[in-house]
Formats: sequence, structure tokens, C-alpha cells
Amino acid sequence: MPVTKSDLLPIRASDDVVRVRQEVRSRAQDIGLSLVDQTKIVTAASELARNTLIYGGGGTAMLECLQEGARRGLRLVFEDKGPGIADLDQALTDGFSSGDGLGLGLSGARRLSNEFELTSKVGEGTRVMIARWK
Amino acid sequence: MDVASSKLPRIVGDNEEAILEDWLAEQKSAGQIGAGRISDAELRTECRDFLRGFAEALKSGAGQDIEATGYGPVRDVLARVSASRAIQGFSPSDTARFVFSLKGPVLERIRTADASDPAGLLVDTWLMTQSLDQLGLFTIEHYQRTREDVIIRQQQEIAELSTPVVKLWDGVLGLPLIGTLDSARTQVVMENLLQSIVDQEAEIAIIDITGVPTVDTLVAQHLLKTVAAARLMGADCIISGIRPQIAQTMVHLGVELTVVSKANLADAFALALQRTGRMVVSRGGTKAVAPALRA
Amino acid sequence: MDRIPILKMGRALIVTIQVDMHDRLAMALEEDLTSRIVATGARGVLIDISALEIVDSFIGRMLDNIAAVSRILDAQTVVVGMRPAVAITLVELGLSLSGVRTALNVERGMDIIRASEPDQDDTGALDEVGDASHQE
Repeated sequence: MPVTKSDLLPIRASDDVVRVRQEVRSRAQDIGLSLVDQTKIVTAASELARNTLIYGGGGTAMLECLQEGARRGLRLVFEDKGPGIADLDQALTDGFSSGDGLGLGLSGARRLSNEFELTSKVGEGTRVMIARWK
Repeated sequence: MDVASSKLPRIVGDNEEAILEDWLAEQKSAGQIGAGRISDAELRTECRDFLRGFAEALKSGAGQDIEATGYGPVRDVLARVSASRAIQGFSPSDTARFVFSLKGPVLERIRTADASDPAGLLVDTWLMTQSLDQLGLFTIEHYQRTREDVIIRQQQEIAELSTPVVKLWDGVLGLPLIGTLDSARTQVVMENLLQSIVDQEAEIAIIDITGVPTVDTLVAQHLLKTVAAARLMGADCIISGIRPQIAQTMVHLGVELTVVSKANLADAFALALQRTGRMVVSRGGTKAVAPALRA
Repeated sequence: MDRIPILKMGRALIVTIQVDMHDRLAMALEEDLTSRIVATGARGVLIDISALEIVDSFIGRMLDNIAAVSRILDAQTVVVGMRPAVAITLVELGLSLSGVRTALNVERGMDIIRASEPDQDDTGALDEVGDASHQE
């Protein structure tokens, strides 16, 4: 999948979550997503970035603009080297939270995206990929 | 097969003009112009641009990797060609033949160039076949995507046309839904309704589903999402037009519409007026006979 | 430095969120509003989110919390001005904000607040009561 633009952003503090939102918004506009679709991916990114910060102990967000023929997309990968998720199914259930969040972060991000991939290993970390296509 | 030593870049580059004429002739004789839908001049330009790009791509050493940067201009030409063919209603095969019909003319030149080089003949033929096959497939895929885009756009237009939002009274909107509600359509409906709520500063939206044939769990979900979104913006919804069969189906399916519903639009409208603090008052006295409405 | 001013109009507090808040700022706003409700005896809280392009689960929870806390303190919270794209996204995200009263705009929001407290005097001037400044 040809990547036309790629940026790696650090997630170390809550200011970084705001920066991720702004950068994702900017990319989403670049690839011409509708306002509703922009809002969806930025919101999903906000959820995942926060998860990375709070549950993952900090990590990175990779923003990639994709182009396949005339089709354009935006792919985001959030990675951390935190404790990992023991029960993936549970984590993806609405309302489940291991902290005092609402438990909508992962399942919500999945609903808001065209593509969603979650990999996690206890003791090693977590990786979440979401993508939205125009 | 190692195509690095292939003479194809030179064969195509040196014979561009001749190949172009043969290619054009090939397409015309096979009836590729499709009963005059493309003009000779247009086809010539398309073929020349493609051939030029192809020659350059081969010269750049991209070989049969059509995803390489060297093939960029070629892909652009094919994207343009397949998109325009798709919109004009050509079949996918006819569109792909634009690329495949180039094989004959190029093969002729390969045969001449490799008359005394059987190994070279094989390598050059292989490279040509591989690259043109892939370009042909690329064309078909692009064609498909364009057709899909057209269909999606048409669906959106249909969705928009069939979901007009009407003003029933100050602050009261009506949304008469006609036809099936799928997720794509619901999205359009939702966006229209919410924007209308903002534009007309509506307090109440009446969603009439008399024209919706079936309400299963999926449709109910879509309706509830619409109602929830409107609520978040401060507008209440009333659903009207629930036919007895639909009410029964919903109960059997265990669907719960957690929103006020009325059997018909009139009742919903009366409720809406009441909720927005209005009353319909009869003027009393002898029943006035209004003059007939005359055109 | 970001400041989210809290204005007082009669017995209502009005907050207009215009910046993309980071989490600490949101938490500070929640704390600040709570103490202002108690300090002023406010009977209504109006939160204007018409400038917000994004409302995620954190902000959603903040709104839920403010509504819940104000209810305990006998005040009515109304959130106004949610944008259509935000509403659609929130529903998809699964946030119902069921404990939060909403209205289309400030005017309607104030109508609701006034209606719940018929004898409140809102002819007073708008005073700035305090702000949630982010602590660094």
C-alpha cells in the first residue's frame, strides 16, 4: 500500500494527545474526508492516543496517508510498550474499563473506523491500527 | 526470469510511431471505438500518451513492476482512460482491451529485433506480456472503482431526493422517510436532518416511517441513532406512521423504540404543537364559510 | 495560558469552551465549576460547546460529571450548541450523555434554566466569576 506521507508523533503527555488530534485533523482534510468522517477519525485517534498515554505509559502514533490508485486513506498506528492487554475480547466490550474511563475507547474507535486491528502481549505492549478511506 | 537484459525498452522506444499507428489500426478494426463514442483524435492522444509513458517506464528500468515510480505517468493515463470509459458506459473488457491490443504491434517489433536471438525473444516477449497484463488488470480495477463511485454517488442522490426535510411549523420539522433504510442512506438522512435542525432552529423533529416497508433490528438501530444524535443537539424526536404489522414485528424481534411514537403524522404534529407550548383554537361562533380557493 | 472563563448571569453560570482542551484543562474546569456552583449558589450551568469540533469520551465524561454534580447541588446543567458532525460521532462512539440536558443554542439553554427556576433574577450584569486555568 503506497504511503504518500508518514509522520511519527510521540505520546508522552496530555498535550501530545491534543497535538495528535490536530495532526490527524490536518491529514484527514488533506485526503479530502467529509466533515463527519474527519470528526470520526479524529475522535477515534483521541481515544487511542489517550489509551496509549494512560494505559500504555506513553508511546507513539504513526500517521500515514495512503494512496491506492485513485483511492486515498489515512492509517494511524498507536504503539506502546506498556503492560499489554490480557483479555482482548473483554477490552473490546463496551463499558469495560480497567481504569476509570468509560470503557468506550477501543470499541468506540473500532466503530468509528473502516479498519481496525488490535495486537497486544502482556508484559510487552499494545499496538492498535485504525484506518479510514475516502 | 531475469529481464534486466531485455531489449524491450529500446524496441519500444525506437519504434514508437510505427507501434502507435498499428495499435490504433488494431483498435479500430476490432471495433474498439465503440460506435463513435470516442473520437479518433481523442483515442490517438490517449494511445500516444500511454505509449510514451510506457517507453519511458521501460527505459527507467522499472521492468514489470508497474507499481514503481517509473510507471507513474502510465498509471495516470490508464486512470484517466478507464475513468472516462467507465463513465461513458464501456464494458470493463473493452476498456482493458485498450492495453491488451498493444501486444500485437509490440510483438511484431520484438520478432524483428530478435530474429536471430531466441533467448532474447523469450525475455522480451515475457517482459512485454507481464507488464501489459498487469497494466490491463490495473485498468480493470480502476474501471471498477470508478463504476462503484458512480453508483455510490447515485445512491446518495437518491437518498437525498427521497428524504426532504419539511418545516411543519416554527420549530417543528417533518422527515417523511420513503423506502428502505440501509446504513449508507441513514448517514445521509441523519446529516440532512441534523443540519436542518440547526438551520431551522427546530425543537422537535417528526420522523414519519409510513413509507418504510419493513423495520427490523437494523432499521430500528438506524432510527435510534438518528434520534439520539438529534437529542444530543437539543431536539426531541417523535416517530409516526408505525403500521400495526410493523409494531407487531418489532415486539416479536424484541426491538424497543425508546422514543415517543404516534400512529400517524397528525397525532405526532398535535403532540409537537403541545410540546412547544402552542394550542389550536377554534374561532367559535357560526361556522364561517371561507371563500373557495380560486386559482 | 489557556483560560476557560466562567461567567455569571443572574443565578446561572455560563461556560464557553473554545479551545481544544487537553485532559488537565478539562479536569480543572470540572473542579472549578463545582466550587463556583457552591460559592455562588447557582441554580443553572450552561455549557456552550458550539466551538468544539471534537467531543471524545473524556470530554463526554466531564460533561456527565458536571451534570451529575450540579444535580446534587440543586442546579440544572444544559449543554448547548453541539455540532451535527459531533453528535453523529458521539452516537457512533456509544456516548449517550443521558444525564445531560441539551439545547440547540444559548438562548434556548437559558430558557430551560429560567424555566426551572422561575424567580431567578437574570437582569444582573455578566460577571466573570473565575476561570479554570491549566496548572503547569
